Amino acid sequence: MPQHFVAPPQWEWYIVWYFFLGGLAGGAYALGAILRLFGDRRDAGAARLAFLVALPALAICPILLTLDLGRPLRFWHMLIDSRTMTLNFKYWSPMSVGVWALLIFSAFAFLSFLEAVLGEERFQLFRGAFGRILLVLGTISGLFLAGYTGVLLSVSNQPIWSDTWTLGGLFLASGLSVAAAALGLLTRLSAGEESTEVKLSRADLYFIVLELALLIAFFVSLGTMGTRLLEPRWLLLWALVLAGTLVPLVLRRLAPSAGPAVLASCLVLLGGLALRIVVIFGAQT
Amino acid sequence: MARTVGFFTDTTLCIGCKACEVACKEWNQLPGHPARFGDGYDNTGQLDEQNWRHVQFHERSTPKGGVAWSMMSDVCKHCALASCMEVCPTNAIIRTEFDTVYIQPDVCNGCRDCIAACPYHVIGFDETTGLARKCTFCYDRLQANLTPACAKACPTESIKFGDLSAMRDIAGARLNQLRGQGMSEARLYGDTEYGGLHALFLLTDKPEVYGLPDAANAVLPSRNNLRGYLGSLAAAVLGLVGAVIALRERGGKE
Repeated sequence: MPQHFVAPPQWEWYIVWYFFLGGLAGGAYALGAILRLFGDRRDAGAARLAFLVALPALAICPILLTLDLGRPLRFWHMLIDSRTMTLNFKYWSPMSVGVWALLIFSAFAFLSFLEAVLGEERFQLFRGAFGRILLVLGTISGLFLAGYTGVLLSVSNQPIWSDTWTLGGLFLASGLSVAAAALGLLTRLSAGEESTEVKLSRADLYFIVLELALLIAFFVSLGTMGTRLLEPRWLLLWALVLAGTLVPLVLRRLAPSAGPAVLASCLVLLGGLALRIVVIFGAQT
Repeated sequence: MARTVGFFTDTTLCIGCKACEVACKEWNQLPGHPARFGDGYDNTGQLDEQNWRHVQFHERSTPKGGVAWSMMSDVCKHCALASCMEVCPTNAIIRTEFDTVYIQPDVCNGCRDCIAACPYHVIGFDETTGLARKCTFCYDRLQANLTPACAKACPTESIKFGDLSAMRDIAGARLNQLRGQGMSEARLYGDTEYGGLHALFLLTDKPEVYGLPDAANAVLPSRNNLRGYLGSLAAAVLGLVGAVIALRERGGKE
């Protein structure tokens, strides 16, 4: 078993919510872009919803990160070296990379949000090949944001976090699943296109399968270290994680009636949050 | 004057008096935490933002069936390849002209990534100042050509201070001496770990007994960058393929 004598960094609720909202924002943008690139006109409403969700979710992230700092007014030290006043970027430090990813993704999310608010007629940046390139770049940066959070945890010497390669992929898959659930729910609540909701539900099935596969890989890669996360105090959270994956897996295969669809989406959202809580707190106790 | 300095802590000479802890707190104006009274002599607990030296007390069985104390004054190792410095996103953690590792208090923004990275449980978060703090190797004293307070105060010279190469020589000679006297369990820690530590320890038990990862476990956080990102990339590709398949499909007619 790996030896760990490290102190916990006391990354707690601000970080839990940052990871959750970052995953939601990145996943929502990716789904909006795919609906725009591969869907048809009936999907335009859901794509618009995706971009309307991505930016507000993302906008909360830097606030949470800043509040988590011991010296919030020095948040800019992440971007600019306060001694030399030159740009600060360390590709080998995920926290440094992540701050830049957050900034870059914010630009794409903002532009797509503007288009969603103003409409294609009044905001024509996303038209044609250039628009498609923007959507692809925005998707890449969004998915990076959803996944790097797991790598950030792994690039440490903390027990559990540093003993697995799976956290980045796990958070990314969970982010996509959470985003599909949120968009499906919003599409239903806004009386949007039912066929798009069905498609989002099917996409979520794939994401859940991916997430479950990575959850298994997570515990396999941890070996005996994984037993720390299976102590009684974490079992309720794991129950929520399983309820947010296995139950929707069944419900999403049923006919798209309101009750099961809404329940499945709510469970996915709850499970995505529970996953981050148990991974973040479980390693630090 | 620039030089490469180091500590050599000979645990066989430590008597557990904690003069190093007191001297460190006095010089660095660290108020410390309220003392904890348990069932041992260690009422300091651990290295953190207030405790930059920590005298550990370990009981161990002797070959003749008795019990012996193993005491060690622990401190920041000022690693040549420092995990804290590697992850620090603000460049607050620097290497000084003395080849030591120093957290610049005017640059640190309290993100605590260094705490997650340090494999020796050295750095602590100061709630009052909002900063990560640890042993500075008495940077101010070094600049004045003075010995760090802990080494100066140690009454048995268990803590030695000097040029790192000299510390290595002294440590090697002491190891040979002890082994020559039949202490086969004596070993040196810090010669190779993390590119060579600037705080060497002569131990009488396995490193992990003293809260020090062995050579196989003394690894840098960046080891997980590539595999972490590759795992994310694989998940992203699979997720995107799934999303395109699902979102492209259309049952009914438009």
